[in-house]
Amino acid sequence: MSSTVSSGSVTPSPAARPAKPGGGGPRRGRRRQLLGRNPLGLLLSAPYLIFVLLVFAYPLVFAFYMSFHDYFFAAPGAVVDRPFVGLANFQEVLTDPAVVRSFGNVGIFLLINVPLTVVLSLVLATALNKIVRARTFLRVSFYVPYVTASVAVVVVWLFLFNSNGLVNQILGPLAPDPTWLINPLLAMPTIAIFVTWKQMGFFILLYLAALQNVSDELYEAAATDGAGKIRMFFSITVPGVRPATVLVLLLATVTGANLFTEPYLLTGGGGPNGASSSPVLIMYQRGIEQGEPGIAAAIGVILVIGVLILAFAQRKLAGGDES
Amino acid sequence: MSNAQNPAVAADLAKTDPAAAKKARAGAARPRVRKVDGLSRGQNILRYVVLSIGALLFLFPFYYMVIGSLQTTPDPTIAGAFPNPANITGQNYVDINSRINLFQGLVNSGIFAGGVILCTVVFGVLVGYALAQLEWRGRGVTFGLMLLVQVIPFQLLMIPLYVMIARDYGLADTYAGMILPFAINSTAVLVFRQYFLQVPRALFDAARIDGAGELKILWSIALPLVRPALLTVVLLTFIGPWNEFLWPFLITKETSLQPLAVSLANYLTNVAGTAANPIGAVLAGACVLAAPMVILFIIFQRHFVSSDIGSGVKG
Repeated sequence: MSSTVSSGSVTPSPAARPAKPGGGGPRRGRRRQLLGRNPLGLLLSAPYLIFVLLVFAYPLVFAFYMSFHDYFFAAPGAVVDRPFVGLANFQEVLTDPAVVRSFGNVGIFLLINVPLTVVLSLVLATALNKIVRARTFLRVSFYVPYVTASVAVVVVWLFLFNSNGLVNQILGPLAPDPTWLINPLLAMPTIAIFVTWKQMGFFILLYLAALQNVSDELYEAAATDGAGKIRMFFSITVPGVRPATVLVLLLATVTGANLFTEPYLLTGGGGPNGASSSPVLIMYQRGIEQGEPGIAAAIGVILVIGVLILAFAQRKLAGGDES
Repeated sequence: MSNAQNPAVAADLAKTDPAAAKKARAGAARPRVRKVDGLSRGQNILRYVVLSIGALLFLFPFYYMVIGSLQTTPDPTIAGAFPNPANITGQNYVDINSRINLFQGLVNSGIFAGGVILCTVVFGVLVGYALAQLEWRGRGVTFGLMLLVQVIPFQLLMIPLYVMIARDYGLADTYAGMILPFAINSTAVLVFRQYFLQVPRALFDAARIDGAGELKILWSIALPLVRPALLTVVLLTFIGPWNEFLWPFLITKETSLQPLAVSLANYLTNVAGTAANPIGAVLAGACVLAAPMVILFIIFQRHFVSSDIGSGVKG
């Protein structure tokens, strides 16, 4: 996965760099062999490396450890027995209909959110790419939802999608009953559309960056050959931004897996009746509220494995990153 | 912002927006390309229609947020989407402020975001410089880690981090506990690295030959050069903690320490029913929460250009 993000970015270290004046000597040479030419680099990176170890590496290992143990909260410093339970946590999680449902909900979310995000952000980025008039205004309008706090915009959506909210007022007799967010069939799709709207700006930004790398000559040649605009879009633009599409697919999937704020606030904690619950919401409920971190960790591990599988499948499907 | 419609300002835009500038140059140097890119009149109109509908859909909820926050009684009808002088009040802001201390919430959000920005800028510059310009054992591994970190879903780490930070380190209900998991934004480190990569190594080597020490080089040559990246990084980093909900929600039970996003969400889920106009009050809170980020973004939007962030994300 990392190579998706790193395409062509690892700088080859230049073979010949002028040695430091006055350098040399056997001691210095050994140190150089051990730490590299500029040991200062290690010192400068130390805070970051400690941060990554503390906040990412250790918790990651800890999460796996917890998921295989009967872990529970205890007073700090207290020595308690947290026995190894093998796959019991996983077994409990996978046979819990609420958990299974939440994974199904993420599936529904991804089925709506991912294609919508890819198609709309690519279309809007293409439309935005070559314009001159009102460019800044349009760009800013597309990014604003992305930079705004979810909690703030969730409130407006609640108001808009109320049973007598503006959306239903406009729809009139077509308004769904029960209304959007309390309708078991519509709650998750509404959340998916909310998140699509909220995150779109970032994906437009990614596609705009990718479009700068598509050579103008290709369009020129295609125009000479008599290709129409739509043909050019599918034959030049879409393949040209493929590396970005792989990234967008991955990030949109990760967003779906991370879903928490929206079901927690928009549907009052995954309602109606679990129809919009998400795995992270259940992790919070089981792990923090009910004090079963082992169960929550097991859900987290399953979630990450799921994301990795999806990411791998998408890479295969989207043709991977050629560069 | 819409002044880009004015051709005179378009030139100004070209000065500030690298992408637009590139386009303008390409257009000037190769008129044929412009012709090829240029659409027929009808297609061009269609393009603006699509973009305008998009912009309307993106902006309308924000407009509605402001309108709703100013209504004495919530008016969800279509007429309610237009300002009605008879139904306008600032009372909702007073109401929400009496339930949750808006100022304290903003200060807490500010401290949270400020702490993250400070750590990211200080440590991010150092590691960005080391990755781009220095050779040391472990550089490749560090770079790989930085990319890997960006795809690890934070939510997986939520439970162990909560156990560590709240239980083991006793940092629940502290600013440090809030800041720690976000302290160094890896995307920002990538942006710094990208900037330092653009500086020719010869510049640093020349300074070394002149006898400058490594720290002197970092302080006197590298840091001034990276100043343009600073604003981009600050803006990019600011979004995360200011908008973050889940982590501060887990770690702060003390209301006087909660960032505004958390206190507003708690108000929404617990006590909204008790206000005279609960929707108006919540929308007023939402406006206060959204305003700083939106205003900062609009002022500094040209630092939020695709080339910077795109390069950061692409590595």
